Amino acid sequence: MSEKVKFTIDGKEYEGAKGQLLVDAAAENGVYIPVLCHWKDVIPAGSCRICTVKVNGRFVAACTTPVEDACVVENNTPELQDIRKAIVEMLFVEGNHFCPACEKSGDCDLQALGYRYQMMVPRFPYAFERRELDATSPKIFLEKNRCIFCKRCVRMIKNDKGQSYFAFKGRGKHLEISMDKKLAATMSDELAEKAMKVCPVGAILRKEVGFSTPIGQRKYDNVPIGSDIEKLHK
Amino acid sequence: MAQKVTIEPVTRVEGHGKVTIHLDDNMNVAQTRLHIVEFRGFERFVQGRPYWEAPVLVQRLCGICPVSHHLAAAKALDVIVGAGTGHGLTPTGEKMRRLMHYGQMFQSHALHFFHLSSPDFLLGYDADPAIRNVIGVAINFPELATQGVLMRKYGQEVIHYTAGKKIHGTGAIPGGINKNLTIEERDILLKGADPLNVDKMIEWADSAVQFFKDYYMKNREFVDNFAYFPSNHLSLVRKDGALDLYHGVLRAVDTDGNKILNDVDYQEYYKYIEEEVKSWSYMKFPYLKHLGKEKGWYRVGPLARLNTADFIPTPLAQREFEIYKAHTNGKPNNYCLHTHWARLIELLHSAEVIKELLLDPDLQKNDLVVKGTKGNEGVGLIEAPRGTLFHHYKINEDDQITMANLIVSTTNNNEPMNKSVNFVAKHMMNGQKEITEPMKNAVEIAIRAYDPCLSCATHALGKMPLDIKLYGPNGEKLDHYRS
Repeated sequence: MSEKVKFTIDGKEYEGAKGQLLVDAAAENGVYIPVLCHWKDVIPAGSCRICTVKVNGRFVAACTTPVEDACVVENNTPELQDIRKAIVEMLFVEGNHFCPACEKSGDCDLQALGYRYQMMVPRFPYAFERRELDATSPKIFLEKNRCIFCKRCVRMIKNDKGQSYFAFKGRGKHLEISMDKKLAATMSDELAEKAMKVCPVGAILRKEVGFSTPIGQRKYDNVPIGSDIEKLHK
Repeated sequence: MAQKVTIEPVTRVEGHGKVTIHLDDNMNVAQTRLHIVEFRGFERFVQGRPYWEAPVLVQRLCGICPVSHHLAAAKALDVIVGAGTGHGLTPTGEKMRRLMHYGQMFQSHALHFFHLSSPDFLLGYDADPAIRNVIGVAINFPELATQGVLMRKYGQEVIHYTAGKKIHGTGAIPGGINKNLTIEERDILLKGADPLNVDKMIEWADSAVQFFKDYYMKNREFVDNFAYFPSNHLSLVRKDGALDLYHGVLRAVDTDGNKILNDVDYQEYYKYIEEEVKSWSYMKFPYLKHLGKEKGWYRVGPLARLNTADFIPTPLAQREFEIYKAHTNGKPNNYCLHTHWARLIELLHSAEVIKELLLDPDLQKNDLVVKGTKGNEGVGLIEAPRGTLFHHYKINEDDQITMANLIVSTTNNNEPMNKSVNFVAKHMMNGQKEITEPMKNAVEIAIRAYDPCLSCATHALGKMPLDIKLYGPNGEKLDHYRS
């Protein structure tokens, strides 16, 4: 049995396992720290920074920081909420997120966080990056303009040999998600479904099944993002 | 000295338009034009998108009748996914879509008559513009105004339970529908607390028809002489000739009732219909190819539908249809303002169809989608509230849309609206020394009869209202009216 540690989040004391990632320890205690790139039990990337918290007064990513005994965590403070809201806004302006016609609407983590942080209009100018779509796979449609570079697909969607179907291409402002066309041509329906599910936005879409979930039954139609964690200890 | 009158924006219509009227030296109308001055270009920017996105994306053309675009696109995609047309879907798929569509028809017709047009009839076309609006109707005719608002609300609720949202839902998907109607949802619509239940809607819709008939009997001369002109008429009809707003074959009749397009399959609409572009409007001018530009233009919408259909397959609407047809001895009706009468008969028919569908147990079944051999091209037609709506898509082997062609109801009515404007302008303004506000409103009434959606027609984005400019023979602007 792993060693227990005690820590505080916003002044309340909690208990977690030593070495456990802070974001997971918080979730187990009913404290929601938002994530976009993190996926439990997958090697963390720390790329989106939406989980930014303060530990002992320093900004860190909760998805890459292990919880330590007696650490003091700030999470739900006006300062951090505004930083997270700004990150959501930056992700919106950096891509082309047209929610009204996106089939991930209602199931999209980025959209759900936009609602959580009450984003009305981004404070940043739109980048208007234009990336080519990749529709060549028989199973999935890659909408590169919606990618937020979380790297979930790169880390999680692999074949039996451990080869990744997805990879980043380019650098800086030219960075974009791409897929191995040969591998993608052999992708199973199950893996395509998993790829669409792990994508926190509408960048990976399964072909020919769009909009099959009615409004009202989508992931965030009735429960706001994070409420499943927050209700654990209410 | 010649003048040019401009009416900009046209009010109480959906979208932005303006009218220009040129007067000659004797203050007679020399030329009139209804300009549609917006441009958006949906046909271009859906290119490259995955085909299954079209019903949800393209419906953003409009906030009044998005269901029409949603369903027309879905019908086109039914063909692409090999589900065929009309009865190719499962009973639940087709009937849920029909329920959505008739719900929309009901709300849109109620909106148009009560909110947009009734001020002209209830308060007078020459009433003070400050009260000649929906607020004026609410103050002076509260019972009627309440009915109008609640009828629209009921129609919106039907859409909500079939499409998931009142506006811009996602119900129709290629090959079917993404939900059925639960017993609870059915019962809310069927026997909800008064007045929001289907029997009350039928009763109110019936009384709306009676209201217009009463108005007509008292104002027959005005109604009959307002923008009367002969024309062709086009719409979908069911194969047996019945009025069908969701699916059918394409029929056109001339002003004497002769069939000039004889119940053809709309998948080949492009063999029969062509569009002309004119430099002064973003809205195209469709016409029947075999009759040419001069003689091939036609009307669509309620007036046209009741001219092409042989009968209405619900009892109360059929009763009213027979009374309506008797006024023209069974011949096509070319009275512009009778469009309102026809619209209200359709309102009644829609309520009756909604009840029929709600009582149908197929709506509770779970077989929602059907697919077959995939193709690369499909056409979807539907009778939108304003008339026949055409959606045509082609896709590539990667499932991306490569071509989209939309001929929107209001576009089909482009030439008739221009004719109506010309008729009323001449009738009201010829030889007048001063162009008054009621004269300009009369021009707007002629346009309003078609319930135009100018945003849809140009697939455009812009401000709402209407603008009238009056120009002299030398091109100088004499008067400018903007409502």
